[in-house]
Amino acid sequence: MAHSRQTISAFRYGFGFGADAPPQDADGLLAHLKNRRERLPVSRPMPTKDRFELFGEYLINQRPRNRREEGGQARFKATKSSIGAVRLEDFKRILIRAAYSRRGFRERLAWFWTDHFTAEAKNTLLSLMVPDMIETAIRPNLGRSFAEMLQAVTLHPAMLTYLNQKDSVGPNSPVGKRRKRGLNENLARELLELHTLGVGAGYTQKDVRQLAELLTGLTIDENGFLFQPRTAEPGAEQVLGKSYGGTVADLASIKSFLNDLALRPETARHIATKLTVHFISRLPDPDLIDTMTDAFQHSGGDLSAVYRTMLEHPAAWTDLGAKVRQPVEFVAASIRALDVKGDKIAALSNRQLNTEILGPLRQMGQMPFRPSGPDGWSEDETDWITPPALAARIIWGSKMAARYGPEHDPRTFVEATLGDAASDTLRLAVTRAASRGEAISLVLASPEFNRR
Amino acid sequence: MSGLYSRRRFLRNSLVVGCSAAASPLVTPVTLAAVPGEARLVVIILRGAMDGLDAVQPYGDRDFASYRQKLPFGPDAGAQDLDGFFSLNQGLGDLMPMWKGEELGFAHAVSTPYRDKRSHFDGQDVLEAGVSGEISASNGGWLNRALSLIPHARAETALAVGRDNMLLLKGDAPAVSWSPEIDMELSDHGRSLLDMIYADDPLFHSASAQAIELSQEIDRARGMNSSKAQQAGALASFAAQRLNDETRIAAFSIGGWDTHRGQKTGLPKALQQLATSLTTLKAELGANWSKTVVLAMTEFGRTVRENGGGGTDHGTGGAMVMAGGMLRGGRVYTDWPGLGESALYAGRDLMPTRDVRAYAAWMLRVQFGLAVSDLEGLVFPGLDMGNDPSLSG
Repeated sequence: MAHSRQTISAFRYGFGFGADAPPQDADGLLAHLKNRRERLPVSRPMPTKDRFELFGEYLINQRPRNRREEGGQARFKATKSSIGAVRLEDFKRILIRAAYSRRGFRERLAWFWTDHFTAEAKNTLLSLMVPDMIETAIRPNLGRSFAEMLQAVTLHPAMLTYLNQKDSVGPNSPVGKRRKRGLNENLARELLELHTLGVGAGYTQKDVRQLAELLTGLTIDENGFLFQPRTAEPGAEQVLGKSYGGTVADLASIKSFLNDLALRPETARHIATKLTVHFISRLPDPDLIDTMTDAFQHSGGDLSAVYRTMLEHPAAWTDLGAKVRQPVEFVAASIRALDVKGDKIAALSNRQLNTEILGPLRQMGQMPFRPSGPDGWSEDETDWITPPALAARIIWGSKMAARYGPEHDPRTFVEATLGDAASDTLRLAVTRAASRGEAISLVLASPEFNRR
Repeated sequence: MSGLYSRRRFLRNSLVVGCSAAASPLVTPVTLAAVPGEARLVVIILRGAMDGLDAVQPYGDRDFASYRQKLPFGPDAGAQDLDGFFSLNQGLGDLMPMWKGEELGFAHAVSTPYRDKRSHFDGQDVLEAGVSGEISASNGGWLNRALSLIPHARAETALAVGRDNMLLLKGDAPAVSWSPEIDMELSDHGRSLLDMIYADDPLFHSASAQAIELSQEIDRARGMNSSKAQQAGALASFAAQRLNDETRIAAFSIGGWDTHRGQKTGLPKALQQLATSLTTLKAELGANWSKTVVLAMTEFGRTVRENGGGGTDHGTGGAMVMAGGMLRGGRVYTDWPGLGESALYAGRDLMPTRDVRAYAAWMLRVQFGLAVSDLEGLVFPGLDMGNDPSLSG
């Protein structure tokens, strides 16, 4: 069935219909990337520097010796609760932006790139740094060049920590020689495999090894990112057929490598493919990918130009519904559709957020900031619509419908939420429901609402 | 006044949620299948690449010490001696009675055919798909292909949490997965409306039909466990219940093996989860344990040399853990390549001397009577099973 451009725009490039009519072309969607500030009920993100200070405080207060001192336990508890408060705000911020932003395409892109550069908030430092990476490395670069985003992310403490780069030491560096420490090749490998070239590209184990040597020196200290020459492997490295660095290791040669890497044709194709697979279909139109790859290469990796090419291609506006909304999208879209007031989400306590949102998200298979590995979330719809995960969507949607559904007339709710995506069968089922709540539950559980 | 659910269900559900939100990230699903006969097979995928050299430590190899300073090994470091050459990491210490009872064994210096790129994701795909060359979605998993060769195999219900769909059991033969935390009780009316709105969408229709059926069947007493080891135990316990019933093949996965740093404390934690899974299976399978084999496999091994962070990086050869009453255990099956510089794979990894799929294939032959030609041609295309290692009896 052919859908209107408005419906495709709202579902495929946003979090559903909202207060504004969805843009119907590339210009309208790209206008979402203009950096005008939006008034949303979110707190300002804590600056990077303050996050490191808080983490430093945590490191001191958590030491058993310090906890045994008088008032030590209380200080430790207070630090932990400050960290908990930051995490709470960080999560509410991503949820509220998704649910209420009038610039849905920007928020969907932020989600896409956060996933492309997956870093899992698996310990205290990372739980503070991953949201910071989103704020400072990803969001400011959504419409800029891929090279800028790649550099900002690769040098961010979250990535250096998550992929163990901060512990990698050149074996022939001063520190390596004295303390017999060595390389860790995790970041080098994922940088090529996941972030740029893709696993099918023709790089070798030797490239990974040489790159691991080139990347030595990238680390963090108590203030944040640092290039530490004393752990950097001396001498030039050959990566992907080109030599980087000289006798003295420096940050400039790493940046120069990242810049070259960002512009490789394999990178262009990998990014074009991932964007298409995420937004449009797991089995994308080859011509669309070719066109986007060309746009990437001709524009020097200008992301706005790549998005524009995608949005101006006919395949961007046909065959809605090949993809399934990921759980966070489903939750945000439900909140948006039910028009739950933003201040209600903003006012949730830690415990409420866990019970009402995070717990259900876990059951749907998606704990925000906690993907199961550096390859991020699945793009395969069959991974999301499993019996347990669909049951979790139905249960949560039903609960929300019971609470907020009675405020809506189901017949107008179907039209306002789904537009011409609603099938006649669903419209009929809604009229047969036993209550308003049940009717709204059906809309939220429907394939039409869960697909995009 | 409500949606598809009764208020009581919401409250009950939210209690579960409150508890699970505090626990670790995604628990993996159990996938089960029913086949005729009494033989049972459990496959556990150890996701993240277990360091076989630290789990089953070749302390008798004179070169080993030169690679590992921060990672202690051998009986002198508190590990349990197995056979005078290998010792068992303390994280698997609870399994010593099983070893002594010859119900625990290992295959060492093994790997899949996957080489050189050392990507977890590709490595796991190769491990689960069981093929040597290019993987395509249509291949499905080797366990599913094995199922398709067993007459009268049927889907059986299963309980699981998370999105961690296992390629291992994907394919045309029937197998099902489910999650222990979710309880979906619908009114008859609600159910018929859901049936109606999903009728034209096969993906949603099949997921919801299974969800409805399973949630009716399953008693959900478990699932409030907080530690990872307990969670792994709960998965194993659930698998055991089903295996005592009609299920004959079960698969689930355990994470936590990607020890790039802090391996000395990290690896025993992951091994403890595995140990808990095995002891739980043995305890809860009761008499059926004597007809059971468990294979715990990982995508590849880790570097022989420890890295700068007290961890190890992605490698090649590693170890497989085997257990069960049907196993001829109490031994380490290996053609040990040695750890001298020149014996290593690519100068860095344990040299694989046998394809890990050969052990899985011989097990399938023992447990389900599959023909060698089918195993080498269909289940593991391109595999040379080699000599019978006599894993059973």
